[in-house]
Amino acid sequence: MKEELLKRIVKTPDGQEIEIDPLRDYYCEAGPTVQPPAYTAIIEKLFNWARSESLWILGFGTGCGAIEMRPLMTPRFDAYRYGIQWRPTPRQSNLFVISGYLSVKTLKRVIRSYEQMQGPKYVVGLGSCTINGGMYWDSYNTIKRLDDYLPVDVYIAGCMPRPEALLAGFEELKKIIRAGKAEGANQYAANFDWYKANQKSVIHDWDMPDYNW
Amino acid sequence: MQQLYDTLTQRFSLGEFTRQRADLAFITVEAVRLHALLRHLRDQEGFTHLVLLTAVDWLEDGQFQLTYLINNRAKCQDLGLRVMIARDNASMESIHDLWAAAATYQRELREMFGIDFPGSPRLMDDFILEGWNAAPPYRRDFDTLEYSRATYRERPGRETRDPAAHMKQQLYGDKGDV
Repeated sequence: MKEELLKRIVKTPDGQEIEIDPLRDYYCEAGPTVQPPAYTAIIEKLFNWARSESLWILGFGTGCGAIEMRPLMTPRFDAYRYGIQWRPTPRQSNLFVISGYLSVKTLKRVIRSYEQMQGPKYVVGLGSCTINGGMYWDSYNTIKRLDDYLPVDVYIAGCMPRPEALLAGFEELKKIIRAGKAEGANQYAANFDWYKANQKSVIHDWDMPDYNW
Repeated sequence: MQQLYDTLTQRFSLGEFTRQRADLAFITVEAVRLHALLRHLRDQEGFTHLVLLTAVDWLEDGQFQLTYLINNRAKCQDLGLRVMIARDNASMESIHDLWAAAATYQRELREMFGIDFPGSPRLMDDFILEGWNAAPPYRRDFDTLEYSRATYRERPGRETRDPAAHMKQQLYGDKGDV
C-alpha cells in the first residue's frame, strides 16, 4: 500500500490531532450500482439512439494498437463523421478502446480509468492481444483475456486491425447500443466481486481503493 | 583503439581485447578493476559518456556478463568493457558516482536479472515491473511460458501452426513438393 493511503495521525492548524484513514475518508467505499433502464421503453430507445451517436473515446493508448487511432482521427478516415471523437479525460468519455496488449502495469491504470468513466460506458477490445494474448501469448507480463478484467462489448480481431476494421467495429457497437445490449457497466456492477478478484489475482501490489472515483 | 589499449595495459591489468570496428572495441576486465578503469577512461581518456550498461545471462557458465559501453565524443569512439561476475548472489560495484545515469541502469538490472549493486540510489524501487514476486524475468532459467500459463487465464480455442508448413500449404496446396 502506498504511504499516502495508510492510516495516520495529522495535526490540524489549530493544534488538534486527528486520525486520517484515506481509504475511508477520501474515497467512497460504495461499489458501483446497476442502473435500471428508463421508465418507458420508448424513452430508453431514444436514450440508446443518442448514446450510440455520441461515442466519445478515451484517449488512452494502451498498446501498439493506439497507432491506428491517429489515421482515424485525421482526415483520411475521419471517424468524427460517425459521431465518434476522442476526449482527454475519462470523465468526458464513454468508450474505452483497449488498443492492443495490456501489461499488468497498464491494466492497473486501465481499471482506474475505466472506473472513472461515467456510465453507460463501453469497452472495445482492439487486436488479437485483447482476445487471447495474440503474439504475447507466452509473455510473463501481459494478460491474455481482457474480458476477465473488464466487460467487453466488441472485439475487433487482427494484428493490427486496419482503421476500416475499427470503423466497422464502431458501427457494430452502435447496433449493439441501439438494441439495448451494451450493458457493460451494469455487468461490471453486478459482477463487481468477480472482476475485482480477477484483477487482484494479477495485480500483486494493489495500492489503490477498490472503487472510489 | 589498439593504441588506447596499449596505453591502458601499462596502467591496468586487462583481459581480452576485441576490435569490432575502427571506432568500436571491447575489453574484458576483472570486476574489481572496473571502477578505477572507468574513472581513468572518463577523466583522462575523454570517454565522458556512458552509452549503456547491460547484462547477458551465461546460464551454462554460471556467470553474468555486464557490458559497460562508453563513448568518446571528441574522437567518435565507443569502448565496451565486459565484466564477468558470478551468477549466484550476483553483485557488482555501483558506478553511480561516476555517472548518475548508471543508477537507472542498475535499477533495471536489479529488477530484470537480480544483480545487486550495493549503494546504488533507489535500487530496490520498482523500475518496470510493479509488484513482481517471481524470479527475475530476464534470467534464462525463468520459464516465461510456464509463468504465463500459471498466472493468466487462457481463452480456449487458440490454434498454433508451424509457420513454414502453414505457408507451404497456403501457397502450394498439395501440388508442389517445394
